[in-house]
Amino acid sequence: MPEQFIWGLEVLLNGLMAGVLYALVALGFVLIYKASGIFNFAQGVMALFAALTLVGIMDGQVPFAHLINSIFGTEIHHFGWHVPAFLAILLTMVVMVALAWAVNKFVFKHLVNQEPIILFMATIGLAYFLEGFGDIMWGSDIKKLDVGLPQGINGVIDEATYQILGYGFFIDNLDLFATAIAAALVFTLIVFAQYTKQGRAMRAVADDHQAALSVGISLNFIWVMVWSLAGFVALVAGIMWGTKSGVQFSLSLIALKALPVLMLGGFTSIPGAIVGGLLIGMGEKLFEFAIGSAIGGATENWFAYVLALLFLVFRPQGLFGEKIIERV
Amino acid sequence: MFYREAGDFKTSYKDDSQTFPIKFDRMRYYLVLIAAFAVVPFVINDYWVNAVFLPFLIYSIAAIGLNILVGYCGQVSLGTGGFMAVGAYACYKLMTGFPEVSILIHIILAGGITAGVCLLFGLPSLRIKGFYLAVATLAAQFFLVWMFNRVSWFYNYSASGQITAPETTVMGVAVTGPATEPWAAYLFCLVFCVACALLARNLTRGMAGRKWMAIRDMDIAAEIIGVNPLKAKLSAFAISGFFVGIAGALFFAVYLGAVEVGEAFGIQKSFLVLFMVIIGGLGSIFGSFAGAAFLVLLPVLLKNTLVGGLGWPTDLAAHLEFMIVGGLIVLFLIAEPHGLAQLWRVAKEKLRLWPFPH
Repeated sequence: MPEQFIWGLEVLLNGLMAGVLYALVALGFVLIYKASGIFNFAQGVMALFAALTLVGIMDGQVPFAHLINSIFGTEIHHFGWHVPAFLAILLTMVVMVALAWAVNKFVFKHLVNQEPIILFMATIGLAYFLEGFGDIMWGSDIKKLDVGLPQGINGVIDEATYQILGYGFFIDNLDLFATAIAAALVFTLIVFAQYTKQGRAMRAVADDHQAALSVGISLNFIWVMVWSLAGFVALVAGIMWGTKSGVQFSLSLIALKALPVLMLGGFTSIPGAIVGGLLIGMGEKLFEFAIGSAIGGATENWFAYVLALLFLVFRPQGLFGEKIIERV
Repeated sequence: MFYREAGDFKTSYKDDSQTFPIKFDRMRYYLVLIAAFAVVPFVINDYWVNAVFLPFLIYSIAAIGLNILVGYCGQVSLGTGGFMAVGAYACYKLMTGFPEVSILIHIILAGGITAGVCLLFGLPSLRIKGFYLAVATLAAQFFLVWMFNRVSWFYNYSASGQITAPETTVMGVAVTGPATEPWAAYLFCLVFCVACALLARNLTRGMAGRKWMAIRDMDIAAEIIGVNPLKAKLSAFAISGFFVGIAGALFFAVYLGAVEVGEAFGIQKSFLVLFMVIIGGLGSIFGSFAGAAFLVLLPVLLKNTLVGGLGWPTDLAAHLEFMIVGGLIVLFLIAEPHGLAQLWRVAKEKLRLWPFPH
């Protein structure tokens, strides 16, 4: 039994680490939802797009090379240079800001005052568009992303746990790093929202659009800013996931995993996104460990959703959300 | 000039409340039916049936089902793929369990079973709405696909995990299995499609449909005027599930023949059908057909022009298709939230006055 317990503990820790990554994606959702009431289904695809762009810039790929080659019959692939990781991240951020601007200018400016569900469906359309766009721009093959993050088993923890419990825990360095980054990100966001002018304006918009407009806050600017912030979060999430499992299509599916996280944590709460992510990450790993293998395995595919579904019935606003849902 | 009511007198209530009150409309509808039943089966070949007609008919049924839920009752569902899988597996279990019963009955029963499952997953709709509900239906999508993948009873313990439709006949003509003639498969699906469309059309303009629309437009007001939201919502889920289940059963038994659940009924299918409903027009039976036709034809067309005509690689064409579909969704939501059906309605209005608009 103690052995089982120790294994369970290891699973739990790893689940926590996986949960951090879910929380990172969920964070992007919460930002946009709070400021504009848009439930951004494209968040996961934004993470994919950011990761694709980052890899593309680092490797010096020619954007739209595939398309250009097909139309003009040329054979171009790479510029032949390599951009250092830091500069590439900055450049990718520029692209994400441009994307945020374009999304607001061409899509959501025209959909102001529509019902939330229409906006939601528009973001599904946006997700499809971005997916195709990213693939055409950078090619759809699975890419390796390496920006110099530490990877592999953490020796210190392995040693320490072996000393104490007689069994070395397997904790990935990358996961530890992701946790630190996520914590830093949340801290920065909270400070930003509380103490800067733009952050306050953002909260004002989240509270009441019209009141914010009447005191002279530019809604357009705030929306572009929020989408850029979400783009930044997506970039961070994209780097983490991309380093972990390669930049590929399945990256966009983590967005779907973030939905139950939000259900659990509440749509409007940044701490909720973190706690929800941790709970989901932990819960699904533990469930798979304890029960999953007995009923066929791969329960991670649905556990989060069913948990969220059950949760919805009893506490529809989530753990930390505001009580905004109308009961029908 | 067309669609003119002048001279078209209604002398009974029955005439007054028929589906197509305008004579030109009615004639066109009969003409389409005659063409679909009596002309098309004789001229189509294997390519046309498999690339265009079968997917069109089957997706039309699924789109009608989803349209009842999303367009008429206002409950967003992202679980269509999962519910289609229920229809397919129910049909498979019935076909292998009771081979002596006609496939017609199997497919209808499969629809009924799906209705039950859909009802179950519709229960949260009594407490939540909007995209909260959408996420709840995502739970259905992932759970159902996982279940059909892992519980081997559903695929009769076959080693590959696939389900394969055994050969069945209707009136001596094979409609499933490898020996099926293209025209037989087409006619079989057409019968279901027409029956479903008729049923849906009459449901939506009757008492049930009005209740759904009242719930969609404002649930609290609907409750006050005496619509029971529990019954209205759950009936929408059940009936939508019935259609989607039939579509899933046909998709598996007639169209594909052999199915691997994650591939055929994944989340992408849910989105595809939802897109059909949005592009075609929320709350319109004709829109379901238009949307299905559009999204079935678009990839075929793109593939033929880009890959066949210009010699582009297939993956590029596929990505371009993603972009176009996504862009169109956004465009439609901005410019014409009621979809192709609304364009059709506007065109009809114009045609009524056509040569002399003033």
